[in-house]
Amino acid sequence: MALERTVAAAIALHRFGMGPRAGSIAAVASDPRGALLADLERPGAGRIIAAGLMSSGEAARAVFAFREEQRRAAAASPRPRNNVDPNMQPAEPAAATPRVQMPGLPQQIYLDEARARLGAALDAEIGFAERLVWFWSNHFCVSADKGQVRPLAGAYEREAIRDHLTGRFGDMLVAVETHPAMLLYLDNANSIGPNSVAGRNRGRGLNENLAREILELHTLGVRTVYSQADVTSFANVITGWTVILPRQDAMRAGEFTFNERMHQPGDQTLIGKTYPDDGYRQGHAVLTMLARHPATARHVARKLARHFVAADPPLSLVERLSKRFLDTDGDLKELAKALVTAPEPWAAPRGKLKRPGEWIVGALRAAGIKEPDVRPVMQAQNMLGEPLWRPPAPNGFADDDTTWLDGLAQRLDVANQLARRLGGAVDPKAVFEDTIAPIASADTRQTIARAESRPQALALLLMSPEFLRR
Amino acid sequence: MRLHAPTRRELLLGSGALFAWAHVPKLARAEGRDPRLLVIVLRGALDGLAAVAPVGDPDWNRLRGDKALALDGTPAALPLDGFFALNPAMPNLHRLYNAGAATIVHAAATPYRERSHFDGQDVLESGLPKPGAVTTGWLNRALAALEPEGRANARGRHGFAVGPVTPLVVRGPAPVLSWTPPRLPPASDDTIMRLLDLYRHTDPALARVLEERLGLAAIARAGGMDAMPANGQRPGAPATPAAGAAQVRAFFAEAAGAAAKFLARPDGPRIGALAFDGWDTHANEGELNGRLAVLLGALDGAVAAIETNMGAAWRETVVAIVTEFGRTARLNGTEGTDHGTATVAFLAGGALKGGRVVSDWPGLKDASLHEGRDLKATADLRAVFKGLLKDHLRAGEKALAGAVFPDSATVKPMAGLVG
Repeated sequence: MALERTVAAAIALHRFGMGPRAGSIAAVASDPRGALLADLERPGAGRIIAAGLMSSGEAARAVFAFREEQRRAAAASPRPRNNVDPNMQPAEPAAATPRVQMPGLPQQIYLDEARARLGAALDAEIGFAERLVWFWSNHFCVSADKGQVRPLAGAYEREAIRDHLTGRFGDMLVAVETHPAMLLYLDNANSIGPNSVAGRNRGRGLNENLAREILELHTLGVRTVYSQADVTSFANVITGWTVILPRQDAMRAGEFTFNERMHQPGDQTLIGKTYPDDGYRQGHAVLTMLARHPATARHVARKLARHFVAADPPLSLVERLSKRFLDTDGDLKELAKALVTAPEPWAAPRGKLKRPGEWIVGALRAAGIKEPDVRPVMQAQNMLGEPLWRPPAPNGFADDDTTWLDGLAQRLDVANQLARRLGGAVDPKAVFEDTIAPIASADTRQTIARAESRPQALALLLMSPEFLRR
Repeated sequence: MRLHAPTRRELLLGSGALFAWAHVPKLARAEGRDPRLLVIVLRGALDGLAAVAPVGDPDWNRLRGDKALALDGTPAALPLDGFFALNPAMPNLHRLYNAGAATIVHAAATPYRERSHFDGQDVLESGLPKPGAVTTGWLNRALAALEPEGRANARGRHGFAVGPVTPLVVRGPAPVLSWTPPRLPPASDDTIMRLLDLYRHTDPALARVLEERLGLAAIARAGGMDAMPANGQRPGAPATPAAGAAQVRAFFAEAAGAAAKFLARPDGPRIGALAFDGWDTHANEGELNGRLAVLLGALDGAVAAIETNMGAAWRETVVAIVTEFGRTARLNGTEGTDHGTATVAFLAGGALKGGRVVSDWPGLKDASLHEGRDLKATADLRAVFKGLLKDHLRAGEKALAGAVFPDSATVKPMAGLVG
């Protein structure tokens, strides 16, 4: 490979990692590809070791208890409403009463999870595994904007994505589609087979949302091999995949269950194959089929190449990844290895705009910040249009430049503020050498060197094409 | 794109700070005085010749041509002592000068003779004779010299500084207070223009987006041809649009005024520092009606805000306004100036024996210029600082020549600045 080693090292860290920290270009320069591969081989690669984080079941039960407590408290001290005493001065509106607002438990859990995720991104040597976590988490996104999902979003990522990061796609798929966060987000928890016991008793029925998105977004891809009839069949298959309610089982509330009483009885035919009614196993069999389907391989390969390499990725790379996916039965570690050992990502122009979260983390790493307050970081991400675990739709945050170019002026604001906050303490020359020196144009080098102050130099560095793009 | 936006303001809050040290210089207190010192660093290198012009120098008009400040110019420069004249954007400073409460030191520089902003600022603020790894500033180290018992934090009182970044000059072992100004400095036009220039040369897609988003095209139309460079020309700073100018004025006045309020309090800090950015005027300098005029006007407003908010303490106050180095004596090819050497320092405050321009004028003949291009330095800024620390705050000369300004025994404190 003709690439100079430090250039390859910079590509490894910017394109595949969370961005260079002091010394990381030098540390991986002897073998940038090897360093990326080694990042996947670490024991527990992709997992978060953080004390005090709750499992999704624990979080759900804690929130049930919290809500119950709130209801009791509200019942015990009823707030007088519209209760005007004509003999008294007009009362202050209730809203003006000073009340100390602690973040509620769901928000507290969300923040704890966000802190752990940010910590993992900042602590990572290279961050390739973390970038893969972010990729898959966005591919299989849920949204914390849905109230029930908010306290589960972090646990979902840890349990469904991180635990299977270097495992099989089929296992990740099952973990995702049976996770309470996903079942709540895409409404399957309330989807009832019309001919099931519950369906006949309550006169309620099917919700196709999750079934459609699994086919369209998570596996085969839109306009591929499935029809509306397949969507409906699949929705029938996964009826009964739901979440345990507190009144059903207080100890296991908030966990996944297959509820036979909600399940549509009977065989279902999907994409030309019939799946006998085998309870939960019927859906598991469909997911297994989907995970092995060539359309899924192609869809996943294209998204992966698109995310890491270019909005319009080289066809050769998509085909290479797709083949590897099929050859290894969806082994995600092998897929990731195929990505970094392929020639295309190292030859492609560094033209892809980093997504906001990735850019912010890169900036914090470049500036040597280890433990920032998580809230301003989240606010910055909000301002740049990528609020954590809150995508606008089930297809996740966009992976094209057009979307993110919109926020360029806001990035300048963030860069400016970060630089002003740190500028005196951070040497932009050192940050330049540590992050973009091997790939920087003479113009960029000169622009930073000629800045009128250190904060300005740092802001210009963070906004340079070499730091914005990868 | 849908933004889940907390307001921009929410994000920006918490990033600003005011820093100072608040301890009463012991010997001065023994004399029944309660002196205040505020240091303002102008980052980017102020063009001293455009701020205080040597209108009596026969070579002045030759050097600057129609951009030369003149007593009969439009607008007219403000007369100082017959030889020098003040930029018309600074009427407050002119008033103070005439009242004996402002002194101008010209052809001054630190010992630094290279032309890097960062290194130059380090030398200015560290008090060391040359750049290198520095973590403390001379103002902070001076505290020890003011407190013989070494009790720099007596009765929990601290010093302070204004600005989102603690200026190096006030960093060090002595504790420093910080304060968050409610208003943050506007994202500087200068930073935006530098970025835009970089994008135009390296990344047209980013350039296009930034231009659109910032509405610079509209500004260019509204501001006339000065606002945007002609085709193909490397852009420097555009004429600052009026709205931007108001923002700059507001920020300068607010930051400086807040510093003064703290310094004025009986239990407040006595020494402080703040920094203002934006003085690196490589193109379209605008000394009379553009960018530099806006900045000087904002600085003039900051001085007025300090005077107002100091109240009775103004008579015991000195404000020292300094920059890392000067700019080229001649204009460059883009109606701006490049990095130079000597420049001007402004002193303002009721404690000064002012109304003077202190200068051993080196002249502007080609042979008199440093390296044939810059105003030559005939005054050492360390002498100015030492003079203020010694006579205003009563710091010991030995400490000044050692811990505060290492290796500066030959640089004598400038006498007679206060009194």
